[in-house]
Amino acid sequence: MAEEIDIIDQVTQSDYKYGFVTNVESDNAKVGLSEDTVRFISAKKNEPEWMLEWRLKAYKAWLQMTEPTWPNVHYPKIDYQKIIYYAAPKPKKVLNSLDEVDPEILETFKKLGIPMEEQKILAGVAVDVVMDSVSVKTTYKEKLKELGIIFCSMSDAIKDYPELVQKYIGSVVPVRDNYFAALNSAVFSDGSFCYIPKGTRCPMELSTYFRINEANTGQFERTLLIADEGSYVSYLEGCTAPMRDENQLHAAVVELVAMDNAEIKYSTVQNWYPGNKEGKGGIYNFVTKRGICQGINSKISWTQVETGSAITWKYPSVVLKGENSIGEFYSVAVTNNYQQADTGTKMIHIGKNTRSRIVSKGISAGKSQNSYRGLVKVNPNAENAYNFSQCDSLLIGDRCGAHTFPYLEVSNKSAKVEHEATTSKIGEDILFYCNQRGLSTETAVQLIINGYCKEVFQHLPMEFAAEAQKLLAVSLEGSVG
Amino acid sequence: MLTIDNLHASINGKEILKGFGLEVKPGEVHAIMGPNGTGKSTLANILAGKEDYDVTDGTVTFQGKDLLDMAPEERAREGVFLAFQYPVEIPGVSIANFMKASLNEVRKHRDLQPLDAVEFLKVMKEKMRFVEIDEKLMRRAVNEGFSGGEKKRNEIFQMAMLEPTLSILDETDSGLDIDALRIVANGVNKLKNENNAFIVITHYQRLLDYIVPDFVHVMYNGRIVKSGGKELALELEAKGYDWIKQEVDATV
Repeated sequence: MAEEIDIIDQVTQSDYKYGFVTNVESDNAKVGLSEDTVRFISAKKNEPEWMLEWRLKAYKAWLQMTEPTWPNVHYPKIDYQKIIYYAAPKPKKVLNSLDEVDPEILETFKKLGIPMEEQKILAGVAVDVVMDSVSVKTTYKEKLKELGIIFCSMSDAIKDYPELVQKYIGSVVPVRDNYFAALNSAVFSDGSFCYIPKGTRCPMELSTYFRINEANTGQFERTLLIADEGSYVSYLEGCTAPMRDENQLHAAVVELVAMDNAEIKYSTVQNWYPGNKEGKGGIYNFVTKRGICQGINSKISWTQVETGSAITWKYPSVVLKGENSIGEFYSVAVTNNYQQADTGTKMIHIGKNTRSRIVSKGISAGKSQNSYRGLVKVNPNAENAYNFSQCDSLLIGDRCGAHTFPYLEVSNKSAKVEHEATTSKIGEDILFYCNQRGLSTETAVQLIINGYCKEVFQHLPMEFAAEAQKLLAVSLEGSVG
Repeated sequence: MLTIDNLHASINGKEILKGFGLEVKPGEVHAIMGPNGTGKSTLANILAGKEDYDVTDGTVTFQGKDLLDMAPEERAREGVFLAFQYPVEIPGVSIANFMKASLNEVRKHRDLQPLDAVEFLKVMKEKMRFVEIDEKLMRRAVNEGFSGGEKKRNEIFQMAMLEPTLSILDETDSGLDIDALRIVANGVNKLKNENNAFIVITHYQRLLDYIVPDFVHVMYNGRIVKSGGKELALELEAKGYDWIKQEVDATV
């Protein structure tokens, strides 16, 4: 038994590869949260009055709410008065080319293996880089503009497209939706905004790389994506963060709106700093992601690969309002060492003939706890609604935990709901079997994990799938061989 | 090829192997028989490199190298193959993918180029016919939902793929019906040549009707107590193990 634990330790303990800090000066808000903080942020960003009002309304709502305790995660109480709610890297001048970007920031991206210039050329990806709350550089903007596609930072959208922002912000995730959504609404720093006009197929994957880079800075990203009638967009979100000792709060909100016959594919590779092997440090990732299939035949598909964060609390959901609309959720959630994840999805069937599909793959290693929490709700009017859920858990070693909490609320007799679940374990016997066939333990784990996650990976854009595989390898293997 | 000398090994402080010795030359088939609990599977596991055991004394030399000094995967790449008594299920990995990774590791060790997908499939199909495995199984996860017979045939299939120098069959015959037994034995017989060797561990004489051994060894209480030709197996089948036990216990 002792040997088994040793092997498992070797397999599962690898240092966080992307831990480093960029020395960029920042322009911070004072520590703590008050009405003044909200006003400071809004003023700092030269926001119009309506935006400030909206933020203040959210702040007041937040004051009356309490932090949720139902997720299966445990962490010391957060002191919201000890967080810096705004930090912007200097210099803030308008940049026309990459040459003007702070060389240190460019260096950071090189360390991450995602040099912007290469990415632009190779992948044809338009990258809206969010570095510590302010968009440093938006690329491909002009090219997208020719098609009428808007892809910019949320700050710019508030200035340039106020009517769109005003109409849709908070329409999918209302200010009072939950504690963290309210907090985000009050103090969100920046994020991405995207609008795809009628009948337009976005010709490239839109991508944002997020990065937390300021000690003690809560990150409050706000993303809003609207796909108008008959349009299509594939959006990628990926992130890494530097090594930190103190916990960092990350409470993002993502809202998606799909009109008639529109399709949104939203892919995430999440790699926030998970804390060290003893469970110290790491990001608290409390995210609200929700899309609404507003129109008929619309489709929203979430694909996520979650490997980071000390604590993850995240349920990308779809409200299936339009008739014949489709919601999908494909997820790989990896926890290692002392990480805790409570993640899943909600599929809310409102319209007739709506369909949803959930494929969740949890991988637990070390002393981590990994929970799937999913809700399938079929409203009385959702005739012929159909859901299929597949929830699989994979345990590496015997000191981690996997939990599944599926909730079903079906109020229409014609609905069909299917649920399948499996639990498997990579133990010493499997590793020995692989070793005996000439495979190193590291290769064996990678082979098993890749096989296990295939169904999710195939929904990721090609280059992202490769990145995701690499990330899983880093998260779970590393020091063996 | 393989020299085991005075091997002592224990698990959790309990000694299982007590001075085991064996010499295997290329082209030979050795059968190791004996009652339950005498250390037959322990021997197989130690040769393959399972970590649960403490080797307290003795040496194992494989092709001039210290076998006990190698990691399990190195032993496999050097040509030691263990057909498991209880093959495990590997979730999510198809046999095709598993064998491709495995074969290419072994080839790399032999300074051979990895096989591309087309070549690999060709080899795989050929070997599958060899052990009469249904091609449909190849797309399934390794051993997942396989019958006992299918699992054992899968072991022989992997053996055929990897072409090991030394194959150890750990009670491959247990739980097999007569047809599966014939197929497994056929596989071994076809793979046998003057350069490789087999150690066939079995409880019953049955398998030895199909795989004819050059030597039969009786293992009892952690070591070989009697060796002979194939006729020894028949004698054991007729008389059981008790007379051997008595013989050994009398001399102690």
